[in-house]
Amino acid sequence: MKKTIALLLLLAITFSCNEDMDDNTTLSASVNFKFTHNWNNTPINSANLDTETVTNANGEVINMIRFRYLTSKFKLTNTAGDTYSFDGFKFTDLAQDDSYNFIPDINGIPSGTYTLSFIWGFNEEDNIDGAYPTLNSASWNWPEMLGGGYHFLQFDGMYNVDTPNPSPFNFHNGTARVTDGLFEQNFATIVLDTPIIITNEATIEVKMNIAELFTNPNTWDLNVLDTPLMPNYDAQKMMQENILSVFSIGEITQ
Amino acid sequence: MKNWLTYSLLFITLISCSSEENSEENAYVPIPFQLEIPPLFEEKLIDPIIPVTNKLTVEGVALGKRLFFDNILSVNNTKACASCHSPQHAFADPSQFSVGVTNIEGTRNSMPLFNLAWNFDDRYFWDGHALGLENQALEPVVDANELGNDSWQPIEAKLNNHPEYPQLFKQAFGSSTITKTLVTKAIAQFERTLISGNSKFDKFSNGEVALTPQEQNGLDVFMDETRGDCFHCHGNPNNPLWTDNKFHNNGLDATFSDLGFGLVTGNPNDNGKFKSPSLRNLAYTAPFMHDGRFATLDQVIEHYSTGLQASSTIDPLMKKVAQGGVNLSEQDKADLKAFLLTLSDPSFLNNQAFLPE
Repeated sequence: MKKTIALLLLLAITFSCNEDMDDNTTLSASVNFKFTHNWNNTPINSANLDTETVTNANGEVINMIRFRYLTSKFKLTNTAGDTYSFDGFKFTDLAQDDSYNFIPDINGIPSGTYTLSFIWGFNEEDNIDGAYPTLNSASWNWPEMLGGGYHFLQFDGMYNVDTPNPSPFNFHNGTARVTDGLFEQNFATIVLDTPIIITNEATIEVKMNIAELFTNPNTWDLNVLDTPLMPNYDAQKMMQENILSVFSIGEITQ
Repeated sequence: MKNWLTYSLLFITLISCSSEENSEENAYVPIPFQLEIPPLFEEKLIDPIIPVTNKLTVEGVALGKRLFFDNILSVNNTKACASCHSPQHAFADPSQFSVGVTNIEGTRNSMPLFNLAWNFDDRYFWDGHALGLENQALEPVVDANELGNDSWQPIEAKLNNHPEYPQLFKQAFGSSTITKTLVTKAIAQFERTLISGNSKFDKFSNGEVALTPQEQNGLDVFMDETRGDCFHCHGNPNNPLWTDNKFHNNGLDATFSDLGFGLVTGNPNDNGKFKSPSLRNLAYTAPFMHDGRFATLDQVIEHYSTGLQASSTIDPLMKKVAQGGVNLSEQDKADLKAFLLTLSDPSFLNNQAFLPE
């Protein structure tokens, strides 16, 4: 029994908060992440996801129907370069308010000034086909013929809704298929330089501007790239580029 | 030392008194029921949903099974749950619309019943209006076109006056006073045991059998966004439920005579949406769609291939609606059908645990 408890404690310490530094600082403040979503400053949430009409950078008028995405490997780095990693992944469904927050199981970091980074989707090490029951149960899988693993983003909607002929788009992001049987990892490392001052238990707001998916550096023309995009290598790499400017740091509550 | 003896005696006395008091009323403790979860489900899916207020017991499941097949729940003792949820049809009804005690047809096709403990949002019926399996079971008993009772009261009375049921309820729930709440708890327990996870495709996933080239191509059609693109709503080899349990407008109609999910949520953007049914056991569950409009699987595939109807709420995943559908080749349609039939599980139909005694 003692051995079991000791082992569990060891596991908890090893995996819950991987402190890469080696000093005697007391771990104190727990950190939570709260994701908010907007379209160029118009808040988007479960209440208006399917009612808000928006316009992308290329001028297409859009109705959003479904928006789900995956982030992982959250990491805070302080000014001394010490990093604190948080286990787990965050699967967000804009239709589900309770999926907006990410509360790492066990965490605690010293007071200080930090920057946040995380992975868009899963990196190569984590993107293991069928390995996560939570994500399998949400039908979040990426087809084996496209490299397997999981979706990073599923954004479905209609564009040109201001015309008599609206058309569907399926803006789905995941592993990129170069050719049959040859795949390229397509995750992105999101690094947000805004300093985050942590003095106590803190909730860090991460803002996602959905419009940026269609904006920078690639102005997305849905008339050309609407669906299917999953097997389209160029579209997948353009999404990987555009995701880098989608996120920013919002309010820090503590 | 004296004090210690006194307290010990007092403690023993209290313990013995309390057990005497309870010995008659609560003597029978029901035996926990262990669900037989297929290894593939264990590996790939999150745990089944079992409400803490209605944990499965051997007695509860057996009682639920008896009630499920018993005509006593109908107003004139002619129909049971099983009348419209036939085990030989994966607990669906081969009729487009089921008829209840009045012989008047309903308006929707009877849904098959299996793997309900993995219906994660816990919404039931084609339009998801019942929250929780126990609540679902409340309705058919008092639906005029189903079991036809005006209220639950006469059913509770019939069951309470039955020579055997009070004892069975006492064993399952500790009370011989039968209420609609306990009846639906028992039925829900039985329904949660209806697990189907032994199809040819399950065996393929477990490495026990191979798919034919036709079935393999059918799987590729299913998973290929440029061809069938079925997997976004109907599961995939890593989601062996073969449904997302969500609500979609799959392009059946340009206008809606049945608002479906929209009537439940009150959101016009949900009009014409119905639950994605599982693709398991398609060999036994015809006809298809919420209104049973398609008699065959070929008709279903043709719908997605060439028959889509545009509407204001059509799911964007019906991406080729402007062309009528995904326009599969004849070969791909045949192969897709061959793959879909690998999801059927004959052992589910013949499982004695699911059949009447």
